[in-house]
Amino acid sequence: MNVILKIAKTHLLSKPKQTLVAMLGVTFGIGMFIMMISLMTGLNNFTEDLTKIASADIRIYKDVTEPRATLLDRIRPEGLNLVHHVKPKNESDKIRNSRQIADLLRQDPEVIGVAPRLTSQVFYNFGPVKLNGSVAGVDILEEDKLFDLHSKIKAGSLAALKTTSNGLIIGSGLAKKLSAQVGDLLMVTTPQGVVYTMKVVGIFQLGLGEIDNVRSYANLATVQKLLGKDASYITDLNLKITNYREAKAKAETIQAAFGNKAEDWETANSTLLAGAIIRDIMTYSVSITLLIVAGFGIYNILNMTIYSKMKDIAILKATGFAAKDVTGIFLTQSLIIGLIGSLMGLAVGFVFSLLLAQVPFDGGELLALDSLPVNFETKYYLIGIVFGVVTTAIAGWMPSRKAGKIDPIEIIRGI
Amino acid sequence: MSTSNILLKTQGITKYFHDPETFQVLKGIDIEVHKGEFLSLIGKSGSGKSTLLYLLSTMDMDFEGKLVINGEELTEKSPDYLARFRSEHIGFVFQFHFLLPEFSALENVMIPALKLGKYSEEVIRQKAMEKLDLLGIADQAKKASSRLSGGQQQRVAIARALINDPLLIMGDEPTGNLDSVNSKIVFDTFRKLTRDLGQTIITVTHDDDFAAKTDRIIEMKDGKIVS
Repeated sequence: MNVILKIAKTHLLSKPKQTLVAMLGVTFGIGMFIMMISLMTGLNNFTEDLTKIASADIRIYKDVTEPRATLLDRIRPEGLNLVHHVKPKNESDKIRNSRQIADLLRQDPEVIGVAPRLTSQVFYNFGPVKLNGSVAGVDILEEDKLFDLHSKIKAGSLAALKTTSNGLIIGSGLAKKLSAQVGDLLMVTTPQGVVYTMKVVGIFQLGLGEIDNVRSYANLATVQKLLGKDASYITDLNLKITNYREAKAKAETIQAAFGNKAEDWETANSTLLAGAIIRDIMTYSVSITLLIVAGFGIYNILNMTIYSKMKDIAILKATGFAAKDVTGIFLTQSLIIGLIGSLMGLAVGFVFSLLLAQVPFDGGELLALDSLPVNFETKYYLIGIVFGVVTTAIAGWMPSRKAGKIDPIEIIRGI
Repeated sequence: MSTSNILLKTQGITKYFHDPETFQVLKGIDIEVHKGEFLSLIGKSGSGKSTLLYLLSTMDMDFEGKLVINGEELTEKSPDYLARFRSEHIGFVFQFHFLLPEFSALENVMIPALKLGKYSEEVIRQKAMEKLDLLGIADQAKKASSRLSGGQQQRVAIARALINDPLLIMGDEPTGNLDSVNSKIVFDTFRKLTRDLGQTIITVTHDDDFAAKTDRIIEMKDGKIVS
C-alpha cells in the first residue's frame, strides 16, 4: 500500500470518534441534499406530467388574433405609418388543407402521431341541470395515441364512440355533477343555439380537475355537424413527437413550413413550469449551505489534527517527506472523510426519500395524487457524491497545505 | 587522506537569524568530513552547533556559502529535490526519539524506506528487521512505539536512520535524554557502525565523555570553529 495512504489511514483510525463526527457532518449535508432534490424534482416531474396530460407536445392552430400589417403599411412600407385601433379581420379559425398537413406530418420520422381536433363551447343539460363545458371533436383512436386515453377510461369504452355517431365520452367531474352514467342521454346546446341529444358511452378521468370537470369527447363529424360546418373544418392539429424535450425547436420548423401557428407544450404551460426553477434554486441553496457547514467542521478537525501532529510532521519531513507528501497525507484524510461521509449521505438520503414517498398527500379535487411524488434518478446521487467530495477537498486543502509548509527545525528545536 | 574520501564539505557558511533582531549565528564555517568518520560537534548553548547540523542535513537551506555532499553541490536545489536527497542519503537521530506513536516499532523503521520506494514492501520489512536485530530490539518490532522505553525508542530511531543505507547519519544530542546505560548502548552502536560498516556519523552533543570517545571533535564558539 502507498505509504501516504497508509499514514492517512492510521491517523484516521487512531481517532475513530473524531473521524466519525467529521464524516457525519458530510453525511448530513449530502443526505439532506438527496432528500430535497428527490422531492423537488419529483414535484417538477409531476407538474410536467400534468401539463403533458392537458397539452400535446405541439399544437398547430390558426392564430386569428395575431397582429397583421395594415393597408397603409402595405402601400407605403418605407413610411412611418401610425394606424390606431387595428381590429382583427373577421376570418375563420379553420386550418386550411388540414388533412394534407396531417398527412405530410405523419411522414416525418420525428412525429409519432397527429390528431385533428375541433372544439366547441357547449351547455350540458341533464334534466334541470345546465353546465358550461366544451366538446372536443376528435378521431378517438388518434387521440388515444397522443394522450393514452384508454388507460384513463373509468367506465364504458373508447371503441363505443366509433360505433355511436352521437356518442359522448365525458369527464369524471362532469359525470359526477350531472350524475350521468354510461347509457344516459344528455342534451347539448351550442353557442349558436343548436340543441343535440348525445349518448354517454364512456367516462374518463385525466386526474386534472380543470379538464375532468368540463371536457367531453365526441366524433369529429358530430361536432362539425353541431357547428354546422363542413367535413374539412378542423381548428387544431395535435402532435406527438419522439423527443418532447425538443418540442420547441420542432414547433418553430413546423410553423415556418406550414404558416400556421405551432405552439410547444412548454410555451403553453410556462406559468406552471416557472415553479420548477424556484424549487431548484431552493434545493441547491439549502444543500450548499449545509455542505459549507460540514466543510467548516472538516476544516476545524483537520486543523486540530495537524496541530497535535506537529512532531510527526517534523519527523516525516526530516526523514525525506517533501511538503507535497505531507499535504497529501492530510488531504487524503479529508478526501476519505468526504468520500465515506458522502456515501453514507447517499444511503441516508435514499432511505429518507423512500419514507417521504410514503407520506400521504391529498391533492383534493384538482389533482389525482395520494402520496408525495419522489424522484429516484441516479443522476442526483452522482451529483451528491461529487458535491460532497469537492467540498471536503476544498475544506481540507488549506490546513493540509499549511501542514506541508511546517518548518521541521522549528518543531525539533522548540522542544 | 585523499580528497576522494571527502563525503561532506562546506565553504564559508554564514547564517543570520532575523528574529527578533538580526544576529549572525555562523561565521564562515569551512569543514570537511571524511567517509567512515565519527565526528562530534561540541560547544556551549548558542554557539551555533545545532544550527550548523541542520544546515548540513539540508533541512535549513537559508544560508550563504557552499554545501557539497558526496560531490554534489546542494545550495541551489529545490525543496522537493532536497527531501528526496535526505530520504536517500541522510539518516536522523534526535534527542527526543520522535517516533510516530500510532505505528509499531517495525513500521516506524519501514516508513522512510516505503517513502523512498526503492524496494518492495517485503524486502523493506526484511531489511527493517535486520536493522532492528542489529540494534538488539528485534523482539520489540510488533509493539506500538509509544509503549517502548526511552532507550528502546532511541534504538528504533537509529534503526530508522539506517533503513535507507544513508551516506551520513546526523545525531542531535542522541544521548541527551538517556541514562548512562542507554547512552552507552547508543554510543557503542554508533562506534560499531563506523568501525565495522564504514558509516559516517556527525553528532551534536553536550556530553564531553561521549565526545571524547569519537574520532574527531569540532568545537564551536560564537559561530566559529575554535578547534
